[in-house]
Amino acid sequence: MRFTRMTATGIALLALAMPAMAETLKWGASRDISSLDPYSYGDSFALGVLNHVYEGLVRYDRNLKLEPALATSWEIISPTTWRFHLRDGVKFHNGAEFTAEDVQASLKRASDPKSPLRGNIPAYKGSHVVDAHTIDIDVSANYPLLLNDLTTIYIFDAGWLKDNGAEAPTDVGAGTEGYATYHENGTGPFKVESRQPDAKTVFTRFDGWWDKPQHNIDRIEFTPIASNATRVAALLAGDIDFTDQAPVQDIPRLQGSSQVKVLEGTDLRTVMIGFSQRDQLIDGKPNLMKDIRVRQAMQIAIDLDLINKKVMRGKSRNAGALVAPQIPGYDAALDTPMKADPEKAKELLKAANADGFTFNFNCADTLVNEEQVCQAVASMWSRVGLKPQLDQGTRAVQTPKRSSGKVDVYTLGWATLPMLDTYSLTSQVLHTKEGSFGIFNWGGWSDKEFDKVTEASAVELDQAKRLAMEAQSLKIAKEHVLMIPLHQQPLAWATNSKIKDFPLFSDNLPRLWLVKM
Amino acid sequence: MLAFLVKRVGNAILVMLTVAFFAFLIFRFLGDPVELMVNESATQVERDELRARLGLNDSFLAQYVRFVGHAAQGEFGLSWRNQQSVATLIAERFPATFELVIIATLLSLLIGIPLGVFTAIGRGRWWAESLQLSSIVGVSLPSFFVGIILILVFSVSLGWLPGYGRGEVVKLGWWSTGLLTASGRAALVLPALSLSLFQITLVMRLVRAEMLETLRADFIKFARARGVKHRALWFRHALKNCLMPVITLTAMQVGNLIAFALVTETVFQWPGMGMLFMQAVTFVDIPVMAAYLCIVSFIFVTLNTLVDIAYAVIDPRLRAA
Repeated sequence: MRFTRMTATGIALLALAMPAMAETLKWGASRDISSLDPYSYGDSFALGVLNHVYEGLVRYDRNLKLEPALATSWEIISPTTWRFHLRDGVKFHNGAEFTAEDVQASLKRASDPKSPLRGNIPAYKGSHVVDAHTIDIDVSANYPLLLNDLTTIYIFDAGWLKDNGAEAPTDVGAGTEGYATYHENGTGPFKVESRQPDAKTVFTRFDGWWDKPQHNIDRIEFTPIASNATRVAALLAGDIDFTDQAPVQDIPRLQGSSQVKVLEGTDLRTVMIGFSQRDQLIDGKPNLMKDIRVRQAMQIAIDLDLINKKVMRGKSRNAGALVAPQIPGYDAALDTPMKADPEKAKELLKAANADGFTFNFNCADTLVNEEQVCQAVASMWSRVGLKPQLDQGTRAVQTPKRSSGKVDVYTLGWATLPMLDTYSLTSQVLHTKEGSFGIFNWGGWSDKEFDKVTEASAVELDQAKRLAMEAQSLKIAKEHVLMIPLHQQPLAWATNSKIKDFPLFSDNLPRLWLVKM
Repeated sequence: MLAFLVKRVGNAILVMLTVAFFAFLIFRFLGDPVELMVNESATQVERDELRARLGLNDSFLAQYVRFVGHAAQGEFGLSWRNQQSVATLIAERFPATFELVIIATLLSLLIGIPLGVFTAIGRGRWWAESLQLSSIVGVSLPSFFVGIILILVFSVSLGWLPGYGRGEVVKLGWWSTGLLTASGRAALVLPALSLSLFQITLVMRLVRAEMLETLRADFIKFARARGVKHRALWFRHALKNCLMPVITLTAMQVGNLIAFALVTETVFQWPGMGMLFMQAVTFVDIPVMAAYLCIVSFIFVTLNTLVDIAYAVIDPRLRAA
């Protein structure tokens, strides 16, 4: 009896003590980050994780809108110069004061010729410090998207970089290790307590954070679990509290568990199919896809509803436009998914004299269920009399073929990250391949009218006008069937149901500083 | 004897060079690491520059010769993905794989030998035959499947053991061990069991076959005639005569287990060398892949050479070979 009472008292005490106990969030990711150095590998996921430790001048809020972070305000003082006013009283994790010198040193490091992140700030030319909390940034031309670019340029402490000989990014070609690979000194809401690569990285709350914390997490244990089955099992067993990669096929099972809450949405990534626009196919035969009727036939031969239902298990969103609704520049009028019409497709092919047209169809393995999507599309094309030759492989194998133009038809998933603007798609995927434009224009498409509108939108500082121009670009792309949009991919996170508030982000990057346990 | 030794070691070096050669041949078909290393918006010029800096434009023979030259000095370069020294990366991961393999080997001996003895002495009885039959399951089930079933039963349904990771580890100099903490030992159980299952059945079948052979030998009959107790007969006299091939097999299989641990490590997110290799393959991290293949083949070749030399020491007839 006495024992029971004591136990009961003990439990009651424990329950009282609970809210004061440290809140630990165990995050089971599908892969590890490669380094603690945000300028080490051009990888959106690693940048997202390191955003808990490092911050940029601006950041995205709950609704993926830009908001001030380390900069409080900014103005454009000449067409090619932006002035940023920096936040007062910001401290790095080592206690150093945040000043304009730090911004300059960081921009210098990010734009170094050896930096893999250089492409993230294409327009950056240089910077000069005005005073301790003001800095001017020069860009190469009128450039409306500087703020978007700066969200992924995280700020290092200039003194810390200098003391540790890490002013330049680590160059893997040179064979010497960098200090920032193993150590961090950011301004973010969390500090790195320890890191064992591929096993566990522990983040703890940084009490000196400049922002008022909306989260109540004291400790994040970040564990990569590569195997889908193991990760799902760990979640069901309560060994992890959260995963940002819940496999599509396991969602019903996770939903069936009372311990797990599944957060579903659609990703920003739009999956599309592109065509070669060269005169010849890779096997030397004439390219019939230069005829718009063939491209139209290929588009209406695809039954999007069937792919949505069978391959994506109803979790994807059929697309009519080449960008997702959340992306600035999206125009709802363009987002009308094409209805399948195999009969009309056959007629169009006959009219274009393209019956039995044989071409290569290059597919990789990085999109959600990409192999199945490709197989489904290929069989739908076969049904109307086309002869696609499916070529599947890993991303590392397929990308060189694609970038060297050795493909006839290919898949592409474009999320417009890290820029989060239609300009990312129009400039890099659809613009003629020249200079820094059209890097992903694998089909060799070129249209003067399209290029003109896209280039004009690049230097238009008036937001409304710029978005109208981008919508105009997308309209041209749709009319010419430059690409066939298929769908926006499903996005599924899963958390332990004890977590109170966990905002889902359609760019697939968790922001744990907004999580309430 | 000296000539024999020189020949054996020479063979071993030749095998290593061949492995590295084929490894470099294969790497060319894995794809282009540069496309994965740079940001989506990097220009073609930036990509080409990086490719040149990494020496990827050279012929594969030139890359191979450069690699062998560096590797001979113990220099494996930096991982392209992690930007860390490959030697450090592998040294960090080695203890995890080694502990897993050693525990799996011990399990296979501790479980396999008694089972082998029992199935031999109970030959023809239903329990021995059904054990023998179920060992076929152990041989034929792929280890990733065994791993997932173990996780499902012991981690998800029963909640007894953790299904991934290594638990808490203790650092002893550069060596990290999970054997000194409770969570580390608990985390070791499922992966070690899944890795050793094949080995257990192998040892069991070998011991059984050897026991059946030995039990027919004259000295066993004489011992029985003298009235030696059954237990002593089986475990002292007969079993001792069966252990030589078991020890040889175990020594040779350690290399196999290290190589096959990569499947188990992937399933259990065990932070060992196999896991490192799997990630290197996904990212076409050539320095890591090359170093891993060389180290694993080095372990294989060393074990085999040692076994060969040991045999030659024991049996002079083999020295001429």
